[in-house]
Amino acid sequence: MATLKKSSALAPRPRTAIKSGGTRPPGALALRPISRPNGVRASAPGGRTPPELIFGDLWEYDPAPETADPKLLRRYELFIGGKFVAPKSKRYFDSINPGNEEKLAEIALANAADVDSAYAAAHAAQRDVWGKLPGRERAKYLYRIARLLQDRAREFAVAETLDGGKPIKESRDFDIPMAAAHFFYHAGWADKLEYVAPGRRLAPLGVVGQVIPWNFPLLMLAWKIAPALALGNCVVIKPAETTSITALKFAQLLIDAELPPGVVNIVTGAGETGAAVTTHPTAAKIAFTGSTEVGKIILRALAGTGKKLTMELGGKAANIIFDDAPLDQAVEGIVNGIFFNQGHVCCAGSRLLVHEPVADRVIAKLENRLKVLRVGDPMDKNTDLGAINSAQQLKTITELVESGVAEGAQMYQPPCRLPAKGYYFRPTVFTQVTQSHRIAREEIFGPVVSVLTFRTVEEAIEKANNTAYGLSAGVWTDKGSRILKLSTELKAGVVWANTYNKFDPSSPFGGYKESGFGREGGRQGLLDYAQLV
Amino acid sequence: MPRLPITKTPKVYVGGAFIRSESGRTYPLEDADGHFFANVPQCTRKDVRNAVEAAAKAGPGWAKRTGYNRGQILYRLAEMLEARSAEMADSLELGGATEAAARQETSAAIDRLIYYAGWADKYEQVLGNVNPVAGPFFNFTVTEPMGIVGVIAPDPAPLLALVSLLAPVIVSGNTAVALASEAQPYPAITLGEMLATSDLPGGVVNLLTGFRKEMVPTFATHTHFRALSAVASAADRKALALGAAESVKRIHLVAAEDNPDWSDAAAQSLYAIREFLEFKTTWHPIGV
Repeated sequence: MATLKKSSALAPRPRTAIKSGGTRPPGALALRPISRPNGVRASAPGGRTPPELIFGDLWEYDPAPETADPKLLRRYELFIGGKFVAPKSKRYFDSINPGNEEKLAEIALANAADVDSAYAAAHAAQRDVWGKLPGRERAKYLYRIARLLQDRAREFAVAETLDGGKPIKESRDFDIPMAAAHFFYHAGWADKLEYVAPGRRLAPLGVVGQVIPWNFPLLMLAWKIAPALALGNCVVIKPAETTSITALKFAQLLIDAELPPGVVNIVTGAGETGAAVTTHPTAAKIAFTGSTEVGKIILRALAGTGKKLTMELGGKAANIIFDDAPLDQAVEGIVNGIFFNQGHVCCAGSRLLVHEPVADRVIAKLENRLKVLRVGDPMDKNTDLGAINSAQQLKTITELVESGVAEGAQMYQPPCRLPAKGYYFRPTVFTQVTQSHRIAREEIFGPVVSVLTFRTVEEAIEKANNTAYGLSAGVWTDKGSRILKLSTELKAGVVWANTYNKFDPSSPFGGYKESGFGREGGRQGLLDYAQLV
Repeated sequence: MPRLPITKTPKVYVGGAFIRSESGRTYPLEDADGHFFANVPQCTRKDVRNAVEAAAKAGPGWAKRTGYNRGQILYRLAEMLEARSAEMADSLELGGATEAAARQETSAAIDRLIYYAGWADKYEQVLGNVNPVAGPFFNFTVTEPMGIVGVIAPDPAPLLALVSLLAPVIVSGNTAVALASEAQPYPAITLGEMLATSDLPGGVVNLLTGFRKEMVPTFATHTHFRALSAVASAADRKALALGAAESVKRIHLVAAEDNPDWSDAAAQSLYAIREFLEFKTTWHPIGV
């Protein structure tokens, strides 16, 4: 529970909103006049419009830090053949807390020889143990993993937030529970595979190489490992180099679960390690989640090998607001769509398409809403936007935002004070955006939303589909038939109607076009980890 | 005095019309005895692009047809083939097939069309589903066609392989640009004439003849192809995969050297339809 205290000097967030005679914090951009939510502007005596009072104006939040112990080690080794082993490379790299730029731990750097050992362990485990195990026994291991993760959920949530920068409320309420849910869901499939593909039997592929991104480190690991294991495959998985810690903590859970050695092997490192994982000859399949750019490199590298692939790549989702939508809910949906996880979400609603009749109202409400978003310490339970994952990503976001300004779009950022240390970026709204602007075409992967407008349903569909990506889309309208029309016409793998950024292990996720192929989750995702016999 | 027969000028079927290659090029086709039979269009990469344009025009309308309607049209195509099966068998014999083999291949192609015609209004019921998400949402996954699919048929079984590749692509509402067997293009020429009388809208299937090496690179790289279905050599598979990477095309490549048996029951499958479908999941709140 948040403790509210009037103007605490310790409060991380200063009083910010417009007050007559108030000063703006340094770095804040000029604010527009705000209309009241009901559209009525009250006039003060003398004709001057009084400033609107927004939530948090009269008091400050006290810090509410999460204090659970993440039980971090100073050094993490590779996890190969059921053991933690020192890397043959003899090298380690630092994992940084992006919230304060302090070193958290050092992580083993796997080279090609380490990756080779991992594949050898996975191959032997698949051939001798896991591939022979009846589905019902594989299921029990997966159930155990789900339970052990639930047991230590708080500890994992804290580790995830320290390592990746996401707000603790997200790692606590979303990442870790959802990761456990994926294991629980897929566990139950392991002994029911004859129901997956009517008319055919499923067989495992063998060893699967998996490379996952830094935005949902443990959750992406769960999305990859749970279905692979349920189908009888063994895996070699590489976490992103900035977020390896929860994967290696997870390795300890696998030991606790008594998972046979070699079934899961975790190799850590950056791009070179990833290339060794994706091009290894033992891999029967490669599953990759990351940028479209890297996805294409992998596709080219594997051309002609005939290996099975799942690619979950970038996105530039349209979130479409019609004039009959419940606007307050839609604004919450917009905020959740783009600012969830600092916008480090491949399916983020980064293009806001607003119906012209309500565009001004929606933008005003949105900007107003941004003023009460709390940006700062990821470990604070009240934080809405935590730290940007890395200095490099902060640079990418900054560059794209500068291009938006340079290309003539109008930028709004709320006047919040950012912590002195760490990688932070203000939630940002661009208006006056055209379809040719880079901020309307390229994946920013940060808390930046570009607003475009439309007049007709057809124009909305046309604009929404005018992208090389096709991962997801949002539709906000009160009209059921319009939802179904848009859901039919939008070229996207996931469509959220009157909601956004909802996920579930039973709900397949994946894209159209250059957002990749294959599905993760649900009945459809299982076939991507099996061969039909 | 014996009557001089009228010979047919082979033309390719693109956008519902019978055309020559835009290049004006042809290559001579001989019958099984080595006698000149006819000049067949030697299509170019420009012809591929024109065919893609035709497929793009036909796509949205075809995808919007009901499964029932698409099923009837595929069935109608089978009717056309059955009615003109003697002519089709002749086209196959031209390439050296025995009379019995030609008849058998024609019958198998007809049966294959009937198999896929029946799936048109059913595959969705087997492949899609409602998802029991842990929250107050109605969540369902349906399939959608991918769009324009490039099809490259092998030399053996010039009719049955082509039909086996085309039917699972178009049954779900995709459109196709297909390259016929290079060695035996004539059955595809004849098939085009049957497609034209089958109620299949023009542009849904576009058939090209010509040399693989001239057209494979365009199939690989044309960004409007959303997927490729090809029976190809190792070198062509690599070229197709490399080109496909640039626009993240879906590829379904069969090794030509495996010499698949197209008359086998395994050559027809619900899962061949699935290869050319996208899954779309929609979330909707359950509330007031």
